Amino acid sequence: MELAISVILGFMILGALYSIHAKDLLSAVITCGIVGYGCVLCFLLLKAPDLAIVQIVVESINLIIMVAVVLDSSREESYSKLDRQGYVSAITVFVLMAVLLYFFTVSARSLDVLGKSTLRMAGPYIEGAAAKTGSANLVTGVVFDFRGYDTMGEAVVLVTAVLGVLTILRLKGKK
Amino acid sequence: MKGMTIIVKKTTQLIAGMIFMYGIYVIAHGHLTPGGGFAGGVIIAGAFILVTLAFGSDFFKLLKKEMGTTIVESLATIIVVLIGSAGFLFGTNVFFNNFLPKGIVGNLVSAGTLPLYNIFVGMEVAASIFIIFLSLIIFKEESPK
Amino acid sequence: MITYVLCFILFLVGMYGVITMRNLVKIAISLSIMEFSTFLFFALLGYIDGGVAPIVNPADPNKIYVDPLPQALVLTAIVIGLATTALLMAVIIRLYRKYGTFDIREIKNLRG
Repeated sequence: MELAISVILGFMILGALYSIHAKDLLSAVITCGIVGYGCVLCFLLLKAPDLAIVQIVVESINLIIMVAVVLDSSREESYSKLDRQGYVSAITVFVLMAVLLYFFTVSARSLDVLGKSTLRMAGPYIEGAAAKTGSANLVTGVVFDFRGYDTMGEAVVLVTAVLGVLTILRLKGKK
Repeated sequence: MKGMTIIVKKTTQLIAGMIFMYGIYVIAHGHLTPGGGFAGGVIIAGAFILVTLAFGSDFFKLLKKEMGTTIVESLATIIVVLIGSAGFLFGTNVFFNNFLPKGIVGNLVSAGTLPLYNIFVGMEVAASIFIIFLSLIIFKEESPK
Repeated sequence: MITYVLCFILFLVGMYGVITMRNLVKIAISLSIMEFSTFLFFALLGYIDGGVAPIVNPADPNKIYVDPLPQALVLTAIVIGLATTALLMAVIIRLYRKYGTFDIREIKNLRG
């Protein structure tokens, strides 16, 4: 299991690196789909079917919106030389990445091996869920019954984001 | 924006209805099989986006669809909050109380208020994603060249 | 532990894209890559060896189930990620119509 997920993660890292450095904007947007669809494979291997269904449709809609924005313009990136400001920011980013990676490796030693540890609330949620909520799907029981506030917050965030999009993309007012 | 070729139009006429029915099935059986409100909602939005992309925007009157969809989305959010606060009336003073009878695990009619939550959250998610797509198309049509 | 470190490397690749790129569309793509790495890290935390997907079968109740709590947290986060990416794309298309370019240095110099 660890080997399979590591191989898929390796492909995702290569795809992300290509997508950031592509010359043509349309290629960059379509290569972003590698990361999304690789996530679907990983979710299926980790026994999470709800997440796989949502991620595969949301990734397709993401690609449609990005392609609609890119096709509206000239599709090239017309500058790729590093001047002095570019060198400074690149060196800063590499130093920052090295420091963060070292500290993450040190603190990840306190996590157990993949698949052997359980979190603290796993036991009480699994034992009581089917009897207390009455649903056979444990994830739906946790989302709507034990954690109902988070779902209400998510609904409000969606309405606010749609309100923002409608305000920005409105050209003609009402007469 | 013009539509696509005639092969795409005929295939969409055959398939879009089945995708819509599959989305309703995933929402309705959300407490028995994998899925639930969010997964079914995005599948229904995908069916609507497919029809709009295949037939082109000259074919529909898009502004009327946008007004109707915003009304559906707002009503669905208000009903979700109302069902959650109806827990105050039946039973203890707790928000999001599961107050309808629970039934046997595995039946279609079971698990209290969970099927109602699934339906209204699914409607709201589908309406939101469709509005985002429609406002992008209307912006491209109305802007001067 | 190698999978956790690879997840963090994907997050760092996204962060590199946000800091050094000059094109607005590539900044949006890098932000999306950072979000996907976080979802994968959460799903990795909840996995148990030999577990099955968390659907209870009433005829056969005693099995080992995978932890449902991280899956519930990621389920809403995926849809919210779509909404914020769409909002960012709306701002980008308005900026392109007004200034004619995707480059952030030229937009800063114009000061219309």
